[in-house]
Amino acid sequence: MDATSARANEKIQEIIAELIDKPGALLPILHEIQHAFGYIPAQAIPRIGDALKQTAAEIHGVISFYRHFHTSKGGSHRIEICRAEACQARGARALESHAKQTLQVDYHQTTADRNISLDPVYCLGNCACGPNIRIDDDIIGRVSPEKFDRLVDGLNTVSLQIR
Amino acid sequence: MTTTIYIPRDTTTLSLDGEQVATNVRIAAARTGTDIKLVRNGSRGMFWLEPLLEVQTDRGRIAFGPVQPEDIDSLFDADFANPDFANKSAQQHPLYLGLTEEIPYLKKQQRLSFARAGVIDPIDIDDYIKHDGFKGLAKSLQLSAQAIVDEIKDSGLRGRGGAAFPTGIKWQTVLNCPPQQKYIVCNADEGDSGTFADRLLMEADPLSLVEGMTIAALAVGATQGYIYLRSEYPQAHIILNEAIANAYANNFLGDNLCGSDRSFHLEVRLGAGAYICGEETSLLESLEGKRGLVRAKPPLPAIEGLFGQPTVVNNVLSFGAVPHILNDGAQIYADYGMGRSKGTLPFQIAGNVNRGGLVELAFGTSLQKLLDDFADGTVSGRPMHSIQVGGPLGAYLTPEQWQTPLDYESFAAIGAVLGHGGIVVFDDTVDLAEQASFSMEFCVEESCGKCTPCRIGSVRGVEVIEKIRNGDNPEQNLELLDDLCETMIDMSLCAMGGMTPFPVQSAMKAYRAQLSDQQQSVKGH
Repeated sequence: MDATSARANEKIQEIIAELIDKPGALLPILHEIQHAFGYIPAQAIPRIGDALKQTAAEIHGVISFYRHFHTSKGGSHRIEICRAEACQARGARALESHAKQTLQVDYHQTTADRNISLDPVYCLGNCACGPNIRIDDDIIGRVSPEKFDRLVDGLNTVSLQIR
Repeated sequence: MTTTIYIPRDTTTLSLDGEQVATNVRIAAARTGTDIKLVRNGSRGMFWLEPLLEVQTDRGRIAFGPVQPEDIDSLFDADFANPDFANKSAQQHPLYLGLTEEIPYLKKQQRLSFARAGVIDPIDIDDYIKHDGFKGLAKSLQLSAQAIVDEIKDSGLRGRGGAAFPTGIKWQTVLNCPPQQKYIVCNADEGDSGTFADRLLMEADPLSLVEGMTIAALAVGATQGYIYLRSEYPQAHIILNEAIANAYANNFLGDNLCGSDRSFHLEVRLGAGAYICGEETSLLESLEGKRGLVRAKPPLPAIEGLFGQPTVVNNVLSFGAVPHILNDGAQIYADYGMGRSKGTLPFQIAGNVNRGGLVELAFGTSLQKLLDDFADGTVSGRPMHSIQVGGPLGAYLTPEQWQTPLDYESFAAIGAVLGHGGIVVFDDTVDLAEQASFSMEFCVEESCGKCTPCRIGSVRGVEVIEKIRNGDNPEQNLELLDDLCETMIDMSLCAMGGMTPFPVQSAMKAYRAQLSDQQQSVKGH
């Protein structure tokens, strides 16, 4: 959902209302909001704070602690490359530099066409089949530079809708 | 006649086009009019064979693998779905592996915790019960709380997350707290590189975790449990939630468990990409909705844990071992293993190896033997050079250390850690100074920031190693690095800062040996 849409604030309040009664509700709320918008929009922070009787600074402090949460809109897709040792032993360092060069971005950046955000990740738990990457919610194993290019091509292909 | 075909839906299988394999099988079955029932099981843990496709025959399950989407037509041409084991055309298919149970990688293992992995449909309650599921729970419902705790103590089970603390003692502490709101928390924040045993269990046999946690609840008098799962495991999240929903629907969770007057509620909570939340106090902070800052101990979480209440925090595999112990008795479990390391440990062979996967064995075999028996050399074809055991906070071991028995005490004796049983193999192209630097960098990235030796020490560590690698006063800087490592070991609040020096110092030692070898050979010429 677009965070600037008229329905956005309503959606945020719905999510908060649904989860507020859980003990330790903050992470579940943040996950749900990020799931809905792709990131945690700024207007959500004071609303969550009000509901949990915490300051916006406290909420922001929690968000910034966790790598998984983002406070700005990323690309349409997120690619995470595993940097951890088991993938290093199978060529992850070469894959990292190939990815940065191909996409013309560094980690924590988004391609110029706003299609792909690139992030590091430390272990996807598929350590016998590295190097591994995650594209949105799919984990992909044995990613050679060539396979990476094919996967990116797939993300860059715009499907035509026939109306 | 309907033939049952198994294709896993675990992360590894899906990461290697397993979903497309399943789709192609369905399409081809429809096209050829073959009557099949497709079961989406978990992985057997032989990851180099995934996607592993199995067919139920009159003599047991036969396997084909690794199967790619384009292989499906040839499999159907070979009549692979024929339940007659003697079917010659299937046996002649190049991907035919014979009876799954007879594959040496599996046959050589001692599977207790992972006995059901890959065998059953992970979310099917009936299938779980058919394979001895919920028997441990049924027995526990007949026992007093103290009797359950005694069984766990007698088994010698030690926490499988890495710290190896006796599980029974932890449970006893929680049981001894006066009746009040108590919690069972499963640490499923398996962040160590080279480990995937927790994930495999959650994706292949999640109900054993549910059962183990429920038994823990009966043992200490808890009514609410949480599984803290890392967000990097989306597939495990889906499967766990399905399994829990089915357990609720069949009264193996919720109020009046199995018709008794006991209740236990269970919920999965997602982490958010912080390695430190695998540390139990940081995990509890995170569950409470806070930054994952490590707490000072005492108080122990067993006494003041989640929301300040008595809490059992155990690893996935510790809970996973519990139903087996209750069902078969503590002694049968304790008979496996050696010394104070009882039972089995699932070793996870990862990194630069041909045959990576999960190998459950009793404690006590050596690293060398494990790799000789299972790993089948490196993918790169180059010699193995150094092996990191026990995750990113574990030491790098060079060949003269590979004979060390794989048990907690023997590893501690050589300044290494067995941890969660992850084994990452590097070949001889590894730059160990770069690995040492990475270990410090990882600590910079993942430190919660609460204590100075970890937060600042790791930053200084990266800088000093950089200087050593650049040849800037290497001797003095090596001394400085040793000093810094000692400070981190002695003064850090938790294992993050306190153990980062293990990989750093072991890698630097091997790096120095590598350097002096090179200098010797330069002089020699």
